[in-house]
Amino acid sequence: MSDEALERLANRDYPFGFTTEIEQDIVEPGLSEDVIRLISSKKGEPAWMVDWRLEAYRRWQKMVEPHHWANVHYPPIDYQAIRYYAAPKQRKALESLDELDPELRRTYEKLGISLDEQKRLAGVAVDAVFDSVSVATTFKKELEKHGIIFCPFSEAVQRAPELVQRYLGSVVPQGDNFFAALNSAVFTDGSFVYVPPGVRCPMELSTYFRINASETGQFERTLIIADRGAYVSYLEGCTAPQRDENQLHAAVVELIALDDAEIKYSTVQNWYPGDAEGRGGIYNFVTKRGKCAGRRSKISWTQVETGSAITWKYPSCILQGDESVGEFYSVALVAKRQQADTGTKMIHIGKNTRSTIISKGISAGHGQNSYRGLVRIQKGADGARNYSQCDSLLIGSRCGAHTFPYLEVANPTAKVEHEATTSKIGEDQLFYCQQRGIAEEDAVNMIVNGFCKRVLRELPREFAVEAQKLLGVSLEGAVG
Amino acid sequence: MKPVDLERHWMEAFAAQEAARADEPARLASARGAAIARFAELGFPARRHEEWKYTNPERIAKPPWRPAAAASVSPAELAALGLPLEAGPHLVFVNGRFEPALSSLDGLEPGVVAGSFRTLLASDPDRLAPHLGVAEPFEDRAFAALAVAFAPDGAFIAVPRDAALAQPLLVVFVGVPAAEPSAAHPRLVALAGPGSRATLIEIYVTAAGDAGGGAQLTNALGEIAVGENAELEHVVLALEARSATHLAHRHGSVARDGRLTSHGISLGAALARHDLVGTLAGAGAACALNGLYVAADGQHVDIRTTVDHRAPHGASRELYKGVLAGKSRGIFNGKVLVRRDAQKTDAQQKNDNLLLSGEAEVDSKPQLEIEADDVRCSHGSTIGQLDADALFYLRARGLDSGEARGLLTRAFTAPITEALPIAALREQVEAEVRARVAAALERAEAA
Amino acid sequence: MTRESASERPMLEIHDLHAAARPAAAEPADSSGRADIPILKGIDLVLRAGEVHAIMGPNGSGKSTLANVLAGKPGYEVTSGRVLFEGRDLLAMAPEERAREGIFLAFQYPVEIPGVSNMYFLKQAANAVRAHRGLEELDAMEFLQLAREKMKLVEIPEALMSRAINEGFSGGEKKRNEVLQMAVLDPKLAVLDETDSGLDIDALRIVANGVNSLRSPLRAMLVITHYQRLLEYIVPDRVHVLSDGRIVKSGGRELARELEAKGYAWTRAAGATERGRDGACP
Repeated sequence: MSDEALERLANRDYPFGFTTEIEQDIVEPGLSEDVIRLISSKKGEPAWMVDWRLEAYRRWQKMVEPHHWANVHYPPIDYQAIRYYAAPKQRKALESLDELDPELRRTYEKLGISLDEQKRLAGVAVDAVFDSVSVATTFKKELEKHGIIFCPFSEAVQRAPELVQRYLGSVVPQGDNFFAALNSAVFTDGSFVYVPPGVRCPMELSTYFRINASETGQFERTLIIADRGAYVSYLEGCTAPQRDENQLHAAVVELIALDDAEIKYSTVQNWYPGDAEGRGGIYNFVTKRGKCAGRRSKISWTQVETGSAITWKYPSCILQGDESVGEFYSVALVAKRQQADTGTKMIHIGKNTRSTIISKGISAGHGQNSYRGLVRIQKGADGARNYSQCDSLLIGSRCGAHTFPYLEVANPTAKVEHEATTSKIGEDQLFYCQQRGIAEEDAVNMIVNGFCKRVLRELPREFAVEAQKLLGVSLEGAVG
Repeated sequence: MKPVDLERHWMEAFAAQEAARADEPARLASARGAAIARFAELGFPARRHEEWKYTNPERIAKPPWRPAAAASVSPAELAALGLPLEAGPHLVFVNGRFEPALSSLDGLEPGVVAGSFRTLLASDPDRLAPHLGVAEPFEDRAFAALAVAFAPDGAFIAVPRDAALAQPLLVVFVGVPAAEPSAAHPRLVALAGPGSRATLIEIYVTAAGDAGGGAQLTNALGEIAVGENAELEHVVLALEARSATHLAHRHGSVARDGRLTSHGISLGAALARHDLVGTLAGAGAACALNGLYVAADGQHVDIRTTVDHRAPHGASRELYKGVLAGKSRGIFNGKVLVRRDAQKTDAQQKNDNLLLSGEAEVDSKPQLEIEADDVRCSHGSTIGQLDADALFYLRARGLDSGEARGLLTRAFTAPITEALPIAALREQVEAEVRARVAAALERAEAA
Repeated sequence: MTRESASERPMLEIHDLHAAARPAAAEPADSSGRADIPILKGIDLVLRAGEVHAIMGPNGSGKSTLANVLAGKPGYEVTSGRVLFEGRDLLAMAPEERAREGIFLAFQYPVEIPGVSNMYFLKQAANAVRAHRGLEELDAMEFLQLAREKMKLVEIPEALMSRAINEGFSGGEKKRNEVLQMAVLDPKLAVLDETDSGLDIDALRIVANGVNSLRSPLRAMLVITHYQRLLEYIVPDRVHVLSDGRIVKSGGRELARELEAKGYAWTRAAGATERGRDGACP
């Protein structure tokens, strides 16, 4: 039977498993106030920034790591064994990718990210984060013409301190959760975006980064602000090399949309999934939250994720402004022995707010996919509307999918609709396709794409293609 | 009367009829004997039984029912009931007894057997014998045993292999009340031969009796078997008067590749309880159960369905809709069993309830018991009121409140009523539903 | 041995085919050794282009197993015997290769595949076959035209084609969809596995018309049925009765009626060990 087929390609090697030999300026492992001050001074941060970090660190010390409630299992993390800073040695900031260290360039090409011609022609500005320090910011000048700021976070601290001070921590406060507190203390970089009133950002903004040095956690901090009537579409995507030790990734992403503004945040993620025994994957604890602060504001999260040993992330929307809209579109693929516990939170606060959740989970091999969605309609949220559709696709019979919807409704005028389906690609469906002349792999791809298309069409076009390829690659042989 | 007294009452009534049964065929007598013995063993169910949680069995068991006596209904009276008898051949039973004078087999294809138990027991006893007792799913139901013990007669229909009937077959059970509470036990056995196609319609009505409007109990027992690759469409229309209690046990079994579509419309009776079991016995068997129950002030409707998937590749669809107005009570309990060998089962169940008043109550409980591991089963249940936005929209277009609510209620019931075969039947049901809903809404407005 | 020309060589030759079903194991490493169940116990059959043969038999006789083994469905093991399709070893080909070579199986229980539309699926399949035959692939417009033509044949409304494969289709619609696919894919050998089961008279007529319109001197069909009635509409050239994994009787179309009247027990008694003579190969 196709049990052999199942095993065959499930053991396919992670294609991106390699490292780059480049000089790195690395701090010894361990976490303390001194390390934080060191990170801050390497970045030349002002006093208020150091203080903010230290405040977060002190809060973190008092917090307890949450182990108990998510449907995932992982061995304890030794926070003192992690290096919190590693930056490749660079002489000066680069104006364009042509000036980039050729080794780095080769790295990006191997990753298939193609930061060069293709992206440039497509008009995509790329902010490539290489191990905690941004190396290139390509179309900074073009964006500046529109008054748009798109730069590494560390640069924003210098360039637009008032904006950073006003909005940093306004959506995810330092004490929000264990990993957010850690991130607030030791974040090294990330993206900062500010779009002024009435401006529609003319290009997709994109960031790629990877984790390279062993034991380096990735602590990204991203802050995106769309002022009144502004629009921006932001894409985040990452890969990681093959390592034995599990690697920690605890990022914080804050989005703020003011009146009539819209932020579209897309993620295509291909984490090293751990080997067949489930060893060596990435721990991915991310707090991503968007606040629809203004009236008629809108925030959409779209994500396609494969791999990752442990995923714990709940992109959420706080629908504060009246008539604001929150959307969540997700495809999550787990294979081999991956586990994922993903979902979203939609908090309805203002009047006549609306949220849409479309979650597609694909489980193969021995993968376990859990979706956890919270829709909370607060007391004053008159006229709130929510529609959720959570579908699971099981490939083979040794994987699992679980859906935990939580509906908390405190307002009688709310309308909440939830649908959940589970379907299976079994031998019967595949044989049906084969008997019609379609090879097994093509059949799996066809079925998976049909299953995901509702979500894939929310992605910016060029990345939808990449996402499809990523799904195809991740699913090779995952049948049986 | 305490429970033991209740049973004794029935046992005594059975004994009292012994003389009247003296000239019955032996097979029938032995079936009755076995049934009454079984009843004695079982006794009436107690309130605390899960199956009777929302409907007090004493309401049905307690009244001092007497076996309904023979009564007559004139052709004019029958016509006045407004039933669509011209639609096809029809068998009419009054208080459970066959009335050849009111029946007609005109247009019935040769080879089709349609008649009473008694006639058949005389002409072809072996045919009916296997179906005389209580079918397996109802072996533990006390009232089903009573139906076998007490039913004076029954309707028997057999469609031969590969026959396709051009017209529907109707079976009408007319209840005529007496001064005192009386119980009738209508029985039906229908066999659809392999490869056959037929439509069968059962109607339950109450005719005015000269003796006055005492309470009546209709204790119906039905057994339908759909043969291999055969197709049967079946309708049950329960339209009795408020003075009636309608209790029914109906079993449909479907053989390999067979298809059974059953429509149940429960509108009448102060207390109605429908206990339906569909057994998908052979591979590829399919059944669809559609139901509509409308209850207004003082009515209590209890519907329990069991779909039993016993073989692979079976498909079942259930859609039950309830409209509850005034101070009424509706209960829906839908069980789907998927046995170990029933792989590739596809079972769907939906129960939607519309509450037209604040005093109406509904309990909806789906139950899935799945033992096979490669199946697709879904169930859903909704309970709600008329949509305020939709109502306002209609009123903003000039309809008054009553019209608007009637329209929306009709839209709610349409999926069931529109699926009924035979235009005349459909129209009659739609009219009945409309009238009852309008009356209930009026009462609500006035209140 | 004389060399047969392509038109003289039988399309399908089954020689002493023995096959067993493997019970599905709970885990891949399940070595509890649940035994394979022998189902086909020596089938001999020859089918030539232009012929329609019917296979009848009681439950468990091996009808579906025969169809599945010809199509290459996993879960069966051929323990001995040979099957030649146009002179080539069929059993050595993967299922999709057999399909592209021109073998079509109309399933007894067609599966539903959510998310993939009927139209898109059929286009992919049609183009896979065309590519294999060295023909140019059809683009969306060309395919739509071809599909419309065939949809008329089985009275399938276009609305159904935009739905996911067989999703929400009634039994009759699923069977009609099988015949539609057959019409589009234009196979050389069509195996119809109980295409009439679960169909009412009207659906049966439509399906039979569709199948009959595809009869041609270049095509062979193996019609497997449990109910004789289908054969009143799709009149076979030969009828074979399968019982306990063997063909126990073969005859002309009247054999089907005889079977209907006398029941399967008659064949078991009459020819339990008799091999269908017409099935033997030179």
